[in-house]
Amino acid sequence: MTLRAYIISRILLTIPMILILLTMVFVIMRVLPGDPVLLHFEKAEHPEAIEEMRRKLGLDKPIWVQYFDYLFGLLRGDLGKSMHDFSPVAEQIFSAFPATLELAIYSMIVAVSIGIFLGVEASKSYNQPKDHTIRVFGIVTYAIPIFFLGMIFQIIFAVNLRWLPVGGRTYPAMEPKGFTMPLSQPPGGVTTHLFLSCVAGLIVSTLCLVAFKLKGKKITRKILGVLISVFLATWILWAWVGWHFISMGELHIATGLYTIDSLLEGNLYKFAEAIRYLILPSLTLGLVLSGVFIRLTRSNMFETLRLDFVTAAKARGLKERTVIYGYALRNAFLPILTMMGLQFAALLAGAILTETTFSWPGLGRYIVERINFRDYTAIQGAVVFFGILVSIVSLVTDLLYAYLDPRIRL
Amino acid sequence: MSKPIVKRSMLSRIIPAIGSLRERGLSGWLVIFGAAIVISIILMTLLAPWISPYDPTTKGVNVGAPLTPPNSKFPFGTNHLGQDMLSRVISGGGVMLQVAFLSVAICLAIGVPLGLFSSYMGGILDRSVCLVMDSIYAFPGLILAIAIAAMLGRGVVNMALSIAVVYVPSYFRVVRSQVLSIKEMPYVEAARSIGAKSRTILFKYILPNVVPSIVVVATVNFADAILTAAGLTFVGLGVEVDIPDWGWDLANGRKLLPSGAWWVITFPGIFIILLALGFTLMGEGLSEILNPKLGE
Amino acid sequence: MQKQLLTVENLTVEYWTRKGKVRAVDDVSFYLGKAETLGVVGESGSGKSTLGLSLIRLVPPPGRIVKGHVWLEGKDILKLREDEIRSIRGRKISFVFQDPMTSLNPVKKIGEHFVELIQTHEPNVSRKEALERAGKLLKDVGIQPERIDDYPHQLSGGMRQRVMIALAIALNPYVVVADEPTTALDVIVQAKILDLLKAVQSIYNTALIFITHDLSIAIERCDKIFVMYAGQMVEHSNVRDMCKNPQHPYTQGLLKSIPNIELAEQKLEAIPGFPPDLLNPPSGCRFWPRCSYAMERCRKAEPQLIETEKDHLVRCFLYGEMV
Repeated sequence: MTLRAYIISRILLTIPMILILLTMVFVIMRVLPGDPVLLHFEKAEHPEAIEEMRRKLGLDKPIWVQYFDYLFGLLRGDLGKSMHDFSPVAEQIFSAFPATLELAIYSMIVAVSIGIFLGVEASKSYNQPKDHTIRVFGIVTYAIPIFFLGMIFQIIFAVNLRWLPVGGRTYPAMEPKGFTMPLSQPPGGVTTHLFLSCVAGLIVSTLCLVAFKLKGKKITRKILGVLISVFLATWILWAWVGWHFISMGELHIATGLYTIDSLLEGNLYKFAEAIRYLILPSLTLGLVLSGVFIRLTRSNMFETLRLDFVTAAKARGLKERTVIYGYALRNAFLPILTMMGLQFAALLAGAILTETTFSWPGLGRYIVERINFRDYTAIQGAVVFFGILVSIVSLVTDLLYAYLDPRIRL
Repeated sequence: MSKPIVKRSMLSRIIPAIGSLRERGLSGWLVIFGAAIVISIILMTLLAPWISPYDPTTKGVNVGAPLTPPNSKFPFGTNHLGQDMLSRVISGGGVMLQVAFLSVAICLAIGVPLGLFSSYMGGILDRSVCLVMDSIYAFPGLILAIAIAAMLGRGVVNMALSIAVVYVPSYFRVVRSQVLSIKEMPYVEAARSIGAKSRTILFKYILPNVVPSIVVVATVNFADAILTAAGLTFVGLGVEVDIPDWGWDLANGRKLLPSGAWWVITFPGIFIILLALGFTLMGEGLSEILNPKLGE
Repeated sequence: MQKQLLTVENLTVEYWTRKGKVRAVDDVSFYLGKAETLGVVGESGSGKSTLGLSLIRLVPPPGRIVKGHVWLEGKDILKLREDEIRSIRGRKISFVFQDPMTSLNPVKKIGEHFVELIQTHEPNVSRKEALERAGKLLKDVGIQPERIDDYPHQLSGGMRQRVMIALAIALNPYVVVADEPTTALDVIVQAKILDLLKAVQSIYNTALIFITHDLSIAIERCDKIFVMYAGQMVEHSNVRDMCKNPQHPYTQGLLKSIPNIELAEQKLEAIPGFPPDLLNPPSGCRFWPRCSYAMERCRKAEPQLIETEKDHLVRCFLYGEMV
C-alpha cells in the first residue's frame, strides 16, 4: 500500500472511531443507567429546581435531539455546561489542560530516559543478575499504584526531608492571576542580590583565569586588567539583569506551560521553582510508565547489539558508550517513538491519579473534583475531550510511523 | 539422549506444564512464586475473621488511641478512627479480590464468545464489532472506568462492571487473532468438509488452542483490575465506607499525610502491590511458557 | 625459544546456554611470530570464529572464556581491564570480519569510520589529519580516495572488504585476525583481496591469523596452519609438512576433497558424516564417528597432542601416545 493511500485510509478510519467513541460516552453518561440530573441531586429536591437545571442544560429534550445537539455542539467546540455553575465546560477544560500537558511531557521524558538507560544496561548484561534485577524492577513499578508511589515520595521527600514541595504547581506569589507582570524584589532582598552578583562576577573571572592558564600563558598585567573588567561587567550585568529577571512576581503566561513561560520571560528563578514543583509528580508518573520502555529498549538493543557492525565497531576499540549510543540506539529510535504515542493513553489515565495526589491543577484533578460535585455534564465533557485527544495522538503516531518506517513506504 | 517428541494438543500442554513448572527454569519459578503470593493473600482474606487481632470495623469505640505509630500492641499502628491497621490490612483484600474475579468472569463470559463468533463468522458484523472493540481499546482505560463507575455508583458489582467493559476488547482481540490463524488451517477445513457444525468446530478445535492466550490475558486482567479498583476507590468511586478496603485506606490516609502518619498508607499499599505483583508474575511466567520467545 | 609476538596458552571458551554448556574452543595453544601468517582451518561449528573473537575478548554472551592465557608484549590480554583491552583492539590486534555487507555502520560515511577509529586511539589527531590518513589508506587498498564521502551501501562487497582491511591496518597493528574475509565474496574478488592482504602484510610487517574453512587457500597463503575440529586443535604444522605429510585423518580428508584443476579426472572424496553436536560430543576422540581408521580405543579415551616431527603436532592415537 502506498504511503498516500495509507494516510488517507488511516484518517478515514479515525472518523467512525471517534463517532463510536462519542456515542459510547453519550450512552454511558446520559442513557445508562440513570438520569444524570437526578443523580446530581442526591436527595429529593424541589421538582422546580430539577426542571430548571434540566432546562438550562438542555437535558429536557428527547434523547435523539440531545444526541444531535451533542454532536453538533462538539463541532462548534461546545462541550456542555457544568451542573455546578452552568459555565461552559470547554473553558474550564482548556484552562486546566496546559497543566496536564506539562506534566505529561515531563513524565514522558522521565519514563523514556529511565527506560532507555535501564534497557541498555539490561541488554548489555543479558541473563545476568543485573539484567534480572532490571526486569524485576520494570515489573514491580508497573504493579505499584501510582498514587501510592506518589504518596510515598511525598512522605519521604516533602514531609520528612522537606526538600521538595508536597503539591501544587507553584508558590502562591508566582501564581498567575492575569497578564500583568509587576516588577518586584529579587528573592532575599537587595543586599543578598548584590552579594550574589559579586559571587557571579568572581566565578566568571575565575573561569576566565582557568581558561587562560590552560593555554599556558603567563599572568601579565594586561590579563589582570582584563579579568577585573570581566568581573565588573559581570557584576553589573548580573545585578541589573537579575533584578529584572530573577524577581518573584506573577508569571506571564504565554503557552500555559510554566517551565516554558518562565524561560520566555527570562526568569531563571521562576524556572527553577516550576521545575521544583514538577519533580515529584513527573517522577512518579514517569517511573510507573518506564517499565514498558525498559522492556522495549532491552529487546531492541539485544538484537541490535548482536549485529555485525556493532561487534566490528567494538573490535576497532571504540568506547562502549560510543558504540551503544551512537550505533545501536539509532535502531531503537523508531519503536520508542511509536511506543511513546501508544503510551499516551496510559499517560493521561495515570495523570488523573497523579494530579489528585499532588494537587496538580490539571484536567485529571478537574475530573475528580467534578466527581465529588456530582457534576456529570462536566465529567462527560472532560471524557469526550480525553477521547478525542487520544484519537488524534494515535492518528499522528501512526502517520509518523508510516512516514518514518521505510518498509511501509514500499 | 533426547526425549521422544510427542504430539500434544494445547489443552494437555497446560496441565502437565503446571506439573513440570520447576523444569522450566525462571518462567516456572515466576508462576509458582506469583501463585504462592496470590493464594496466600486469598487465604489471609478468607481467614480474616479468625486471624485478625481486632475487629477492623469498630467505630465509635476506639480500640486504640488514634494515629499511634506501629508498636508491640498494634504492629501496623492505628488510623485516625483508632482502628487497628493490622486487622484492616488482613481483611482489606476482600473487595479487590471480589472485583477482580468478578470482572474476569464477566469478561470471559462476554469477551470470549464474542471473539469466537465474530471472528469465525466474519463479514460486516465482524467488522463492526471489531471497530467498536478497537474504539474501546484505544480509550484510556481508567478514564472509561471512571466514567462508567461515576454513573453506576458505588459497590463491588459496579466496579467490576466498569473494569470488565474496559477489558473485554483485550480478550476479544486475543481470541480473534487466534481464531483467524486457526480458521484457515487444513484440519479445520477437513472437518468442515465432512459436514461438522460450526459450533463443533469452534468448541472442539479452535477453543482449546485459544485457551493458553486467554489464560495469559486473564492474569494480566487480574492485576489491572486490582490496580484499577484501587484507583477508582482513590477517586471516590469505591465501596461503602464501612467495609475494610486497602484502597479506601490509601484514599483516606492521604489526608493524614502532612502529620507524618506513614503507617496508614504504607501497609495497605504494600499489600496491593503484592497482590498485583503476584498476578503479574504469574502472567509473565505463563506467557513465556505458553508462548515461548523465539531466539536465544 | 625465540620471542614470539603472540602466545596463546590453553585457551578454552564455553557457551553457557539454557540447554547446557558448549565447549566451542577446547584447550587451544599456539604461537605467532612477527609478520607470520597462521592459517586456522575448520568446518563451521569447529570453533574457529570463536577462537578469533576470544583473542580480543569479544566473544558474545552467553560465551565465556573459562581458561587460558593470551600473551602479547608480556601481558595476558585476558586479564586486562576493559579500558586496557580497548586500547589493544584496533591498534595492536585488529579484526577483519566475514561479511562486509553488515560490518560497516550503514549511517556513517566511510571517512567517518576512519576518523572515529583514529581519534579514539590517538585523541590529539585533528579531523583533517585523520581524513588525510584515511585517504592514503584507501589508496593503499586500491580504492579511490574520493570514496571517503560515500556511505557503505554505495560500495560493492569487494570494496567494502577493502575498507575493512584499510581500517584494520590503519594504526599499524602487530596482528590482523581475518575471519573468513573472502567467503562472502565471489571468486575473482576473493583472489584480489587475498593478494591485497599479502601486500599489506609486507608493507606494514603485520602478522596475520587467517581463519577459513578452505584448506586450499590456507595452504596457498600461510606459513603455518592448524586444523580445528569440534573445538580442538587436531593438527598443527608449517605449510610444507602439512602438504607433504598430513597426519590426522581429518586433515587427510580435507586435502582429498580439494579439487585439483590439473588432474584430468579426479574423484572427490567427501568426509562422511556431520560435525558433532557440541552439547553432547562423542566420547573419546571427537572425530571417531567419521574416521575410517577408528580403533576401539578411539572411542574410549581422548587423544592428546603429540609432536611427531619438528613443529608438527597431531592429536591422534595412530601416532602413539604421550608418555
